[in-house]
Amino acid sequence: MRAIAIVAVCVAAAAGCSRQGPSRPAGLTAADAAFQKQLQEQFLDAKPGSVIEIPPGKHALDRVLTLRANGVTVRGAGADKSILTFTNEISGPEGILVYGSDFTIENLSIEDTKGDGLKINDGENITIRGVRVAWSGGPKTSNGAYGIYPVRSRNVLIEDSSSWGASDAGIYVGQSTDVIVRRCHAEQNVAGIEIENTIHADVYDNLATGNTGGILVFNMPNLSQPGHSTRVFRNKVFKNNLGSFAAKGAAVASVPAGSGVVVNSNSQVEIFDNDIADNQTANVIISAYFSTNYYNKPGIDPHYDPYPRAIFIYDNRFSGGGDSPDALELKTLKVTMFGLNGHFPDIVWDGYRDEKNLVNGQPPAAERICIRNGAVGVLNADGPHQYKNPSTDATPFRCELPKLPAVELAGRT
Amino acid sequence: MHFFPDGRPQRLSEWHVVFRDGDRLALNRGVVPFDLNSALFSDYAHKLRTVWMPPGTAARYSDLQTFDFPVGTVISKTFYYPHAGAAASAVARTYDQSRDFTGSGLNLGNVRLIETRLLVRREHGWVALPYVWNAEQTDAELARTGDEVALELVASDGARERFTYVVPNENQCAGCHVTNLKTRAIAPIGPKARHLNRDYPYPEGAQNQLTYLEKIGYLTGLPPPPVQLPRSAAWRDATQPLEARARAYLEINCGHCHNPSGPADTTGLTFDAGTPADRHLGLCKPPVAAGRGTGDHLYDIVPGHPDDSILPFRMASREPGVMMPEQGRGTVHREGLELISEWIAAMPGSCSS
Repeated sequence: MRAIAIVAVCVAAAAGCSRQGPSRPAGLTAADAAFQKQLQEQFLDAKPGSVIEIPPGKHALDRVLTLRANGVTVRGAGADKSILTFTNEISGPEGILVYGSDFTIENLSIEDTKGDGLKINDGENITIRGVRVAWSGGPKTSNGAYGIYPVRSRNVLIEDSSSWGASDAGIYVGQSTDVIVRRCHAEQNVAGIEIENTIHADVYDNLATGNTGGILVFNMPNLSQPGHSTRVFRNKVFKNNLGSFAAKGAAVASVPAGSGVVVNSNSQVEIFDNDIADNQTANVIISAYFSTNYYNKPGIDPHYDPYPRAIFIYDNRFSGGGDSPDALELKTLKVTMFGLNGHFPDIVWDGYRDEKNLVNGQPPAAERICIRNGAVGVLNADGPHQYKNPSTDATPFRCELPKLPAVELAGRT
Repeated sequence: MHFFPDGRPQRLSEWHVVFRDGDRLALNRGVVPFDLNSALFSDYAHKLRTVWMPPGTAARYSDLQTFDFPVGTVISKTFYYPHAGAAASAVARTYDQSRDFTGSGLNLGNVRLIETRLLVRREHGWVALPYVWNAEQTDAELARTGDEVALELVASDGARERFTYVVPNENQCAGCHVTNLKTRAIAPIGPKARHLNRDYPYPEGAQNQLTYLEKIGYLTGLPPPPVQLPRSAAWRDATQPLEARARAYLEINCGHCHNPSGPADTTGLTFDAGTPADRHLGLCKPPVAAGRGTGDHLYDIVPGHPDDSILPFRMASREPGVMMPEQGRGTVHREGLELISEWIAAMPGSCSS
């Protein structure tokens, strides 16, 4: 304790101080510093079977908690009770960073990290349950990028969790395989829930509202695997009209405010049985990588497939939306086609398709965009020709695709 | 020397690797200092690196990989600064090491010791142990959970910059030293042929480090002359080609994460020595998970345009969540940033095709 006291004076006196030694972090109280040290030791010593309990209370930390063991559980007393807050983080930038398999984290909050809230890299059998990640100052470009971020992982379950204020995506599953995201809540993020370069994902019973874009299914170039086979169903995707606060160049910065469900360059995506309403650019957007403004020849893997293929939209309940699109071209297009007080149809396709791969002027049957959703309207925006010949003809979309199987997570139901 | 096959000794002195001896930090017998052609930036700290191996054992040479060290190897890295005035927190921002040494040890009249990190090769693999020097500079104590030291860098023109020097915790050591996410094994980064292939001013005179290590029995399998051994550039040496200097800098500062099997394999961006100079190195490559780290720029590197490129933007930041590397620094490396900017400015081509 004596050393701690001496250094507290050192930090305050800064340049005039002539002592050194083990010190207390400048931004933390003595109690928080002691808590952090003890928690760091638990993360260092964790081994298969370890359960790290986060006691109730708001605990200020200034350094990322990193885990490098398999078979560990981190458990709080509830997302509203056990809160880890990183306002003064000096080294991270994540809140919790996990390199491990058979990992469970549940019932706690992570707040105000400089980078991602919870990142799990290269894990297998991951359960994230009842975790809340939030930036307490609301939507800000200076918030961390992702709330809950499993990447290059397999067999991932995210349930009953929430993200608030992420400057990129709230719940972001990247380059993973066999994933379920269910009963989660995403609000005030740029992207609410984003499934990216992921194979076999089921996204259901979630609420995405008040984001720039609600639920995104994307494929980015230059990564370890292209994604496919995502089902988005039984979600509520309401009023995702928040002005984008992503930094330019960030993957989601291309998403216009007012986007409900967006599919970009992904394939075998099913969107069904959702309630999608009042998203002011469009309730559903289907697009190719060319619409993101990031395409350039030298920077993109030539094997990358920029087109959305085999997209099946059926039995959703739509209302409102499409009445005030973001981005000038879309605004102009809306007014030209539907008038000042009109609105886009519920489904907007940017019009990019693989022209080298057409059968009778249509993509092969297995690769089409199919809509079976009553009288719902669709717009082909004709992006490839600068929106010159847009069309609301729904005939090309009258088709069906074989339905995808449910995602089964080994060892979980 | 005392090799501990397990456990974590509380004090650095228990290892008898480097220790306080009068007014200097001395090296024990058999503890051999070494240097790298290009080194990781650590807030302008100077570094004294040493290696020791049990008598009769030697590391096995590799052309490309870190040498294969025998069980019992202890590698140390002592981070220190030249004093810049009476206050212990005032340290010099300088590359000048001419006053650091007395014989093969450090002159404690002139420098302040911050921490000594050990990498210890045990039966089951490498272990990283961070030790923090006490105020009296008599010994360093184990700091498994890291530490923070308030310092002020003082430049030769008198410019001052306060920052918090962060001693990594054991997991953060692994943040750099686990260069392969599949094995998740800790390994040394520096002791590779291309980094070590240079002269060192040993007490008995300057010699090439690789041939010296072979001569004293610490290295086997070194290809005999006239085989040309790999050599990476010294990034500060302006007589060497700009391209080679920049690539050497990026490899040693970024390549431990940004390699095809490293923790940054999620990004599609690689800086290890073998990366082709195309999108893999960031040319015209859109970022993947940079978030606000883009600084509003579209591509990692825009040839000819450092000010439009993400890479120098992240190097110029000291804010967690924006800055790269993510850990290990609390200040901006001005000279490194200058080098990378100059390299990008000199690149031909464009991203508009």
